[in-house]
Amino acid sequence: MALEFEKPILDLEQKIDEMRKMSDSLDISDEINRLESKVNELRRNVFDNLTPWQIVQLARHPNRPYTLDYIYLMTENFVELHGDRNFRDDKAVVGGFATLGDQTVMLIGQQKGRDTKSNLYRNFGMMNPEGYRKALRLMKLAEKFDKPVITLLDTPGAYPGIEAEERGQAEAIARNLIEMSRLKVPMIVVVIGEGASGGALGIGIGDRILMLKYCWYSVISPESCSSILWRSWDFKEQAADALKLTANDLLKLGIIDRIVDEPSGGAHRNHQEAAHMLKAALLEELDTVSKIKKDKLLDNRIKKFEKMGFWKD
Amino acid sequence: MAWFKRSEKNISTENPKHDVPDGMWIKCDECGEMMHKKQWEANSYTCIKCGYHFRIGSEEYFSLLFDEGSFKEYDRKMKSVDTLKFTDSKPYDKRIEETIKKTELYDALRWGTGEINKLPAVICAMDFAFIGGSMGSVLGEKISRAIDKCLKNRTPLIIISSSGGARMMEGGISLMQLAKISTRLAKLADEKIPYISLITNPTTGGASASFAMQGDLNIAEPNALIGFAGPRVIKQATGKDLPKGFQRSDFVLEHGFLDLIVDRKNMKEKLAQLLNLLAK
Repeated sequence: MALEFEKPILDLEQKIDEMRKMSDSLDISDEINRLESKVNELRRNVFDNLTPWQIVQLARHPNRPYTLDYIYLMTENFVELHGDRNFRDDKAVVGGFATLGDQTVMLIGQQKGRDTKSNLYRNFGMMNPEGYRKALRLMKLAEKFDKPVITLLDTPGAYPGIEAEERGQAEAIARNLIEMSRLKVPMIVVVIGEGASGGALGIGIGDRILMLKYCWYSVISPESCSSILWRSWDFKEQAADALKLTANDLLKLGIIDRIVDEPSGGAHRNHQEAAHMLKAALLEELDTVSKIKKDKLLDNRIKKFEKMGFWKD
Repeated sequence: MAWFKRSEKNISTENPKHDVPDGMWIKCDECGEMMHKKQWEANSYTCIKCGYHFRIGSEEYFSLLFDEGSFKEYDRKMKSVDTLKFTDSKPYDKRIEETIKKTELYDALRWGTGEINKLPAVICAMDFAFIGGSMGSVLGEKISRAIDKCLKNRTPLIIISSSGGARMMEGGISLMQLAKISTRLAKLADEKIPYISLITNPTTGGASASFAMQGDLNIAEPNALIGFAGPRVIKQATGKDLPKGFQRSDFVLEHGFLDLIVDRKNMKEKLAQLLNLLAK
C-alpha cells in the first residue's frame, strides 16, 4: 500500500530497481546515479514539506512498525504477560519484561493488527477497561521489582463500546492517570503512531515523553474534530492543521520532550532502522532518568505537567 | 418481522440549552409541571412534582452548599489564551470573548473556599453553559491552585463536574490538563486529604476519565449522564441500540463506579455528614 504523496517516490525507486537488473548487460551506471540523486531530492522535498494531514496518514500507515515489532527488534528475552487478573486479557494492549541494552525493563504498548483478521483480534488497538487495568497491573509489577517502565502509544482511541462503559472505561483511565503520577520507577512514554486523546494518555504519563517524527498526538482525531466543530467529515485537513498535533508543534508547546527521527521516507520503509533509532534514544533517556533519586523523580513528574497550559490571570 | 423493528425510541442526547431559566414560571423539562421560580429555588432547582434535577451552574452550587457569607472566590477572572490560533467556524479567542459576554463567566470552572455546616472546604464547580463545560488550561490551572490551597490548609476538596470533555480548541494542551490535575490529585491523596467528586449531568470524556472518577468518594446527582464516550458516539461506533438507563447514575452505581447517589435537596447535609465522618 502506498499513500498518494509517496507514489512518485515509489515509482522512481521501482524504475531504478529495474535499471539495476539491466545494468549487468548495459553500462547505465551514470543514469542510475542520476536517478538516485533525483529520488533522494524528491523524497527530501516531499518529507520536508509534509502537511499535518499527511503526517496523520503516515502515522496510520498499515506497514508501519507496531508495538510488538519494536519490542522484538529492540529487545531480547521478551516475555509477554497477559491479563488484568480480574476480567480478561485485552489483546489491544501488550506488555511484558524484556532486556533493553543490559537492563530489564517493562514494555507496554497498544497493538494494532495488519489485516482484517488480526485487527479484529486486536480491536484496532482500541483498549477496553480491562486493557488499562492490565497495563496498570504490569506497571505495578515493574515498580515492585524496581524496573523502569516504557510505554508505546499507538491507538485511534479507547474503545467506545457498551460493555466498555459498563466496565468503567472512564474509571479505568482515571485510575491509571493517578497511579502513573506516583509510580516510583522511571517512566518513558513514546508515541509511535497515533496518540488519540484519553485512550492514549491512559498509558501515557511519564518522566520523559518522546515522539517519533511522523506521528500525531492530540485531544481528538482530526476526523472527529471536523465532525463536531465543522459538523461535517470533510474538514479533516483543516482540523489536522488547527489541532497542532505533529511532533514539531508539540515540542514547541512543551507537551513532548524529544522527537525521535525516523528512517528516510518513514518508519514503515525500514523497520530495523526505525527500531535502532528508537532504541538509541531510549537508552539515552533511561540513562538520564535512572540517575534521578526516587523522591525527586516524582516531584519532577508533577512539575513537568504543572507547567503545561496557557492562561491569563 | 421483529428484527428490524426498533423496540426503543431513539435515544436522545439533546439537553436543554439554558441553565437557569429566565422568567417567573418554570416548566419542568421532564414532566411539564409548571412551578413558580421561588418554589423551584426553594426545592434546590429540582421539579416539585417529579424531582427532575435541572442543570444549574457554579453560582447556584456555591449558594446551595456553602454556609451563607462564607464563600470566597479565587482567580475569578482567569481567562484562556488562544495559543494555537485555533479557528473553526470562528476564531477561538473571539469565541471566548463572546462566551464571556453571554454567560458572564470567565471559564467553565470557578473555585473558592467556604464552610459547609461550619466545616471548611474548597469547592470547584463547573459551568456547562461555558462552551459545554469544556476543559482547557484555565480549568487545569484553577483546579491545581485549588488543590494547593487544600494542601496548604489541609482542607477537603470537592469538585462538581458538568462537562462534555476536553476543549478541542486547545488541542493537546487541553488533553494534558487531565495529566496535570491527576498528578496534583495524587499528591492530595498521598497527604490523606479527602477529595469528594460530585458528578452532575452530564459528565463525559476527559472529565470522567480524570478527576470526576478519581474521588475518594464519587457521588452523583440522580439520573446524571456519566460515561467516557457519549451515547451518540457509542451508537455510531457499535451500531447497537443502547440499553434503557444506559450511563445514567443508577446504571453507573449498579456497575460499581459510584459510592452513592444523592438528591440535590440533601446534598449539603450529606456532604457535611461525610466530611464529619472523615474528620473525626
